[in-house]
Amino acid sequence: MSLTVEQVKERNQDLIKEVLEVYPDKTAKRRAKHLGTFEEGKSDCGVKSNVKSIPGVMTIRGCAYAGSKGVVWGPIKDMIHISHGPVGCGQYSWAARRNYYIGTTGVDSFVTMQFTSDFQEKDIVFGGDKKLEKIMDEIQVLFPLNKGITVQSECPIGLIGDDIEAVSKKKSKEYDGKTIVPVRCEGFRGVSQSLGHHIANDTIRDWIFDKGDKHPEFVGTPYDVAIIGDYNIGGDAWASRILLEEMGLRVIAQWSGDGSIAELENSPKAKLNVLHCYRSMNYISRHMEEKFGIPWVEYNFFGPSKIEASLREIASHFDDKIKEGAERVIAKYRKMMDAVIEKYKPRLADKTVMLFVGGLRPRHVIGAYEDLGMNVVGTGYEFGHNDDYQRTTHYVKDGTLIYDDVTGYEFEKFVEKIQPDLVGSGIKEKYVFQKMGVPFRQMHSWDYSGPYHGYDGFAIFARDMDMAINNPVWGLTKAPWKK
Amino acid sequence: MTQDVENVVDHLNLFRSPEYKEMFADKRKNFEFAHPDDKVEEMAEWTKGWEYRELNFKREALTVNPAKACQPLGAVFVAVGFEGTIPFVHGSQGCVAYYRSHFSRHFKEPSSCVSSSMTEDAAVFGGLNNMIDGLQNTHSMYKPKMIAVSTTCMAEVIGDDLNGFISTAREKGSVPADFPVPYAHTPAFVGSHITGYDNALKGIVSYFWEGKERTPTEKINFIGGFDGYTVGNLREVKRIFGLMGIEHTILADNSDVWDTPADGEFRMYDGGTTLDDAKAALNAKATISMQQYCTEKTLDYIAKTGQETVAFNHPVGVAATDKFLMELARITGKPIPDALTKERGRLVDAIADSSSHIHGKKFAIYGDPDLCYGLASFLMELGAEPTHVLSTNGGKEWEIKMQALFDSSPFGKSCHVYPGKDLWHMRSLLNTEPVDFLIGNTYGKYLERDTGTPLIRIGFPVFDRHHHHRYPVWGYQGAMNVLVWLLDKIFDEMDKNTIVPAKTDYSFDIIR
Repeated sequence: MSLTVEQVKERNQDLIKEVLEVYPDKTAKRRAKHLGTFEEGKSDCGVKSNVKSIPGVMTIRGCAYAGSKGVVWGPIKDMIHISHGPVGCGQYSWAARRNYYIGTTGVDSFVTMQFTSDFQEKDIVFGGDKKLEKIMDEIQVLFPLNKGITVQSECPIGLIGDDIEAVSKKKSKEYDGKTIVPVRCEGFRGVSQSLGHHIANDTIRDWIFDKGDKHPEFVGTPYDVAIIGDYNIGGDAWASRILLEEMGLRVIAQWSGDGSIAELENSPKAKLNVLHCYRSMNYISRHMEEKFGIPWVEYNFFGPSKIEASLREIASHFDDKIKEGAERVIAKYRKMMDAVIEKYKPRLADKTVMLFVGGLRPRHVIGAYEDLGMNVVGTGYEFGHNDDYQRTTHYVKDGTLIYDDVTGYEFEKFVEKIQPDLVGSGIKEKYVFQKMGVPFRQMHSWDYSGPYHGYDGFAIFARDMDMAINNPVWGLTKAPWKK
Repeated sequence: MTQDVENVVDHLNLFRSPEYKEMFADKRKNFEFAHPDDKVEEMAEWTKGWEYRELNFKREALTVNPAKACQPLGAVFVAVGFEGTIPFVHGSQGCVAYYRSHFSRHFKEPSSCVSSSMTEDAAVFGGLNNMIDGLQNTHSMYKPKMIAVSTTCMAEVIGDDLNGFISTAREKGSVPADFPVPYAHTPAFVGSHITGYDNALKGIVSYFWEGKERTPTEKINFIGGFDGYTVGNLREVKRIFGLMGIEHTILADNSDVWDTPADGEFRMYDGGTTLDDAKAALNAKATISMQQYCTEKTLDYIAKTGQETVAFNHPVGVAATDKFLMELARITGKPIPDALTKERGRLVDAIADSSSHIHGKKFAIYGDPDLCYGLASFLMELGAEPTHVLSTNGGKEWEIKMQALFDSSPFGKSCHVYPGKDLWHMRSLLNTEPVDFLIGNTYGKYLERDTGTPLIRIGFPVFDRHHHHRYPVWGYQGAMNVLVWLLDKIFDEMDKNTIVPAKTDYSFDIIR
């Protein structure tokens, strides 16, 4: 009893009307602007975005600190990132994002460690600059192989008037020009993680790029590219890098999963920046374009259709050698991709999916689902901007339900009514839907699986979606005597 | 590599293939400008020695890998333990996303909590409007019976006045005039999550009790404290109360809301201390807290109402459970039933059967101060030595108490207590003064990796093992669980150490 597009649109409209009824008038008016249905031919998804979340509604969003420390800076492995302020922020985000890296943790790599200034009342009252100085001294003694330090500001820093820039400059001088980056990513700034990404990007520009060429001996090639906006969750960047290298490119930097400070420093020497997560790293890509003349191209390594198109798009920026390389790579993996689709498509075809994720995934993964014959019937961004919703129009079908910065209540009601075969969202949502008997995959952490990027990743993606949907447990949720 | 569709491999094995290994080596060599391998190895060795330990213990400002969280986490833990109650955290919204994720990763359950989503303008003008709108939205959308307010450090730094804000919100009609909105200031820069537990619980009971006349009854109030085993423990405690026939009220009973069924319905609220029971708890004869350091202010407040208060330190084991039951018997005048005496006997029997494998073994423990105390005392009862006991949120008073515990037994002779230290200190302790086993939360796996000390996961949070929170560690049956967890690891290690064919497998015994 599948509905026509017109029926779907009507149902969505009714559904939106229904969920808005629970709100006080003022809130209903504000939320109404974030909910809608995609109309074929429109230039965006018809929803407002990147504005403040409404108090008390249970937004799924995080904060600027999460965007800077958790996303952009945290994965840079050979630097020490201080969570500057009270203990909690660093504690809750400690090693939770699965940014894989290779290195000796605690010696030359520090990603899965929690460095904090553990602010006490006296630090709030008298300021934390002196403590921060001492922390940097102690870091130098105990972790001498660190290649740099960042100061990830938590809420109080900006409120008590600490001068972390002055401390950073002073200590950098004291330690022979060591890279020390103060980041003003206090959690109350902006409306979500998104501003934290932007602030973090800007600090790379100001405190890394503007310090000049640290590796003049580095010899470039015409085929040098930098991977921008891949956080190597479960090894995503690795499963992507291998393809770029196989087609003949040389990846000189990973931003920022499994990345190192030297890679950031050498990025201006790339011939092309390939950008996966547009939302979190378009800023630095634009900057490198303006300042160093490096073009950038967005790509999508979820699912064979998008991978194929992306490999060709990337190759189009290079000579025939690379173009042939792209075709070679596509051909090499085609058999495996066909086998994956042949195995899983019959088990997944026509299943419906609702998504609610962060940066790029609310649109980027749609192609991968479609490769398996599945349909994404609803999607939305935690912290997207209008340019994300514009880009989304190239992915979604007419009539797709769109929800920006969805609230706990709305998401629950939408899923309850639409009854998709799968929901893809985060840890806070996972158990809500599983209780409801709806199969679920975490689409931030890959539910502790992955990688999902690249050809190797797609096989895992397909396996995992099948595992979620065709899990026998969903047949057990009703007691036989209650059916 | 290319995947074999009949045997798809994920990150656990994918990156072991030669193509990826070569790629990693190439990346390191050509692009990372990494320190030479021998330098890294040399430095890694250096971090294991006494010189490093001394430098490490000289730290005054830097904290590395602490075993504590911040106050509002404890406040949320308390709030969800009341009937139909939603925690409302006033301040930045990112914090709430973190608490919810943290609890969901431990309990594998939904964790509902809202934020007043304060941003830069609120930092300048204060968060009054956020409180007014937030309470109104939460009340309309989630239809709670109570909204329990706590604060993030942002709201505390700018000095928002919760009492005034909530009153104003009430006047403006955000919630009905008589709707319960207890609150607690929970600054993240004071204490830890256990302080937040204390403040929030005191906030809730005082909200219901302030200005009320106490009419004593025979009922007993019970407080578990911040506890990763809250689901299993509170159920076990209820069973014990049932066996003893004790009328009781569990305050902040979150055992149901963090253990809801998958039956097609999402329950935002489930179980919990009813608001009527919370009000009537003023009349109880006594209040028992299982964790002294989680409830200092709450018990002070309760004692002032005229109730007797008794605090334990996360009792685990025979003697600690004996003491707990005897206190219950003393306070209520109810005898300890034979059924519990029999359970005690079974636990003693199990210890007798197995203690030769534990006797003399050295353990390191870290965690919240009460948990450390309870586990250390049980280990000593088993004839083991809690060699290093470390609590990031343990203070001077706890240190003295731990030392007294060590002094009470020959098994405590060579044991040391480390208040206010973190897991990077623990790393030095384990490297310089090795022990047989480490007891701690999930983050202990990094210590296991770095020092080779096998980890027994007891504590909070435990993210990487499932469902242990459903088991009690209190009562004789709880101690039995702990005993089995210890033994399982001990035997697993024995097998691991003897498994090499023709070399060590003579000791690879089938009977142990």
